[in-house]
Amino acid sequence: MIESRLHGGAAHGSDEVEAADKLSVTDLDFYYGDFQALAGVTVGVKERATTAFIGPSGCGKSTFLRCFNRMNDLIPGTRLTGRITLDGEDIYAPGVDPVDLRRRVGMIFQQPNPFPMSIYDNVAYGPRLHGVKKKARLDDIVQQSLERANVWREVKDILGRGGLTLSGGQQQRLCIARVLAVRPDVLLMDEPCSAIDPTSVQKIEDLMAELESEITIVIVTHNMQQAARVSQFTAFFLQEETNEPAELVEYGRTAELFTSPEDKRTEDYITGRFG
Amino acid sequence: MAGSERDMRDAGPGAPGPREPGSGSGVLRQTARSQYLKESSLRALFLACASVAVMGVALIFLFVGLRGWAIFAKVGVVDFLFGSTWLPTEGEFGIWPLIFGSFAVTIGALLLGAPLAIGTAIFLSEVASPRVRSILRPAVELLAGIPSVIYGFFGLIVLRPIIADMSGGLGFGLVTGWLILAIMIVPTISAISEDALRSLSPGIREASYAMGATKWQTIYKVLVPAAKVGIIDAVILGMGRAIGETMAVLMVIGNAPVVPAGVSEPFSTLTTTIVLDMAYASGDHRTALFGMAIILFLISMVLVALVRSLSRFGKQVG
Repeated sequence: MIESRLHGGAAHGSDEVEAADKLSVTDLDFYYGDFQALAGVTVGVKERATTAFIGPSGCGKSTFLRCFNRMNDLIPGTRLTGRITLDGEDIYAPGVDPVDLRRRVGMIFQQPNPFPMSIYDNVAYGPRLHGVKKKARLDDIVQQSLERANVWREVKDILGRGGLTLSGGQQQRLCIARVLAVRPDVLLMDEPCSAIDPTSVQKIEDLMAELESEITIVIVTHNMQQAARVSQFTAFFLQEETNEPAELVEYGRTAELFTSPEDKRTEDYITGRFG
Repeated sequence: MAGSERDMRDAGPGAPGPREPGSGSGVLRQTARSQYLKESSLRALFLACASVAVMGVALIFLFVGLRGWAIFAKVGVVDFLFGSTWLPTEGEFGIWPLIFGSFAVTIGALLLGAPLAIGTAIFLSEVASPRVRSILRPAVELLAGIPSVIYGFFGLIVLRPIIADMSGGLGFGLVTGWLILAIMIVPTISAISEDALRSLSPGIREASYAMGATKWQTIYKVLVPAAKVGIIDAVILGMGRAIGETMAVLMVIGNAPVVPAGVSEPFSTLTTTIVLDMAYASGDHRTALFGMAIILFLISMVLVALVRSLSRFGKQVG
């Protein structure tokens, strides 16, 4: 039913040929202890495209996002059933190392969280973890990553300064550079723009547009205009009753979902009738 | 008075005080005045509390200084600090062996105790499950509550014979002192280090894990460096605790005012000598003990200054 909807209408910028699913989720249930947060989510995330998860606060979209790099593993008492695959491989299969998974699936958080070390060391953190030691090689990676994160021009003369001395928006782009430095296949962004200034939001949206051709991006956002601007695909999540699990209500090409949603609840949400 | 009354009302539009409906402005003024008196007398009370502490330090310093300064004049600063013979009854007032003893026992205890304490802090803050933490942390805190004479007993009765067996001597000396002091400073260092680790923004933990770092990599590449100012603070405070500790040390070091020839030979520290000699010292001997107190005072002032300048430095970096 989802597939059938994917073929009409052109989303902005992407070609007509459908890319493969980079991430694919089948029948996912997620629990915090006894509380079920998500029920029966089945969805695919297209490769080299941007997918937005939208929905009211507390509808489980961040929880869902954190399933893709197994960050929820770090919260005691959580569990999930169902299946998530990355390039066809089950990421929750026994024997899969979450540490290795997280090297391929990077994440940006709502609050910019640079380490209390220099800008250079922040970006070099990942490559150093993975064994890059040569100074020249690290210099290259740091510059490239900061350039891709649209923050190089602002920091190139102050690489030795503490990451926390930057403004909030610059910190967030520094965090993006830090993730890009390990060349992940997938970039998860958990409301990356909700805590920063509008100029930086613009710069982050610009860099997302540039990255889109090489990387798979999944962004959780409260801001529907942002979802409409940056994504080709959108999934709408909703928790209809308090204490009931949230569900995926509708998924489709962004252009279609925003102009002619199939579900009444999606329409109500995007026209601002609730949430 | 009228001016400050107005200030009070301006400062607190929602200020407490009965505001019965229909009461006139005269009633309001009365309430504000009593409130003002209460506020200002409380301020005076708290100021007095703070002053007592400051006065205490000042008075003690003055007292110790007045009683002790003469020894520096009489013996000479260099001969007093670096003279190698402490024979006060025969007029030899070199406290170098005691200074050496204080620092030797303190530094050894720090080398043993600080890694133990920092490891404990890391375990409590990063590794232990909430259940394990709820058992272990009170246990560590309890270490701080044990009277130091009990530590001394333990050292004397349990540790000393073991050391004696291994070294062939009586077991009074640096090794026994190190072991006892190392345990005694664990709670100080681990509590402050754990605070430093737990007060780090949780975001940097998540960020490190999300970068594909393991728990161990996160701890030693991100968390410990980020908390290092707090951890160094903790070690310095532990050092202050160790250098001032008297009773437990006194019981296990054998108390001979010489630079020990080995790690299981008797020696003395500044504090233990003051305690032991104070009972009978008179004249220059007594003055020399106060002179040693001045040295202890200066050492702890330097330590406090170190902690303060470090935390300022920490604020600049963070």
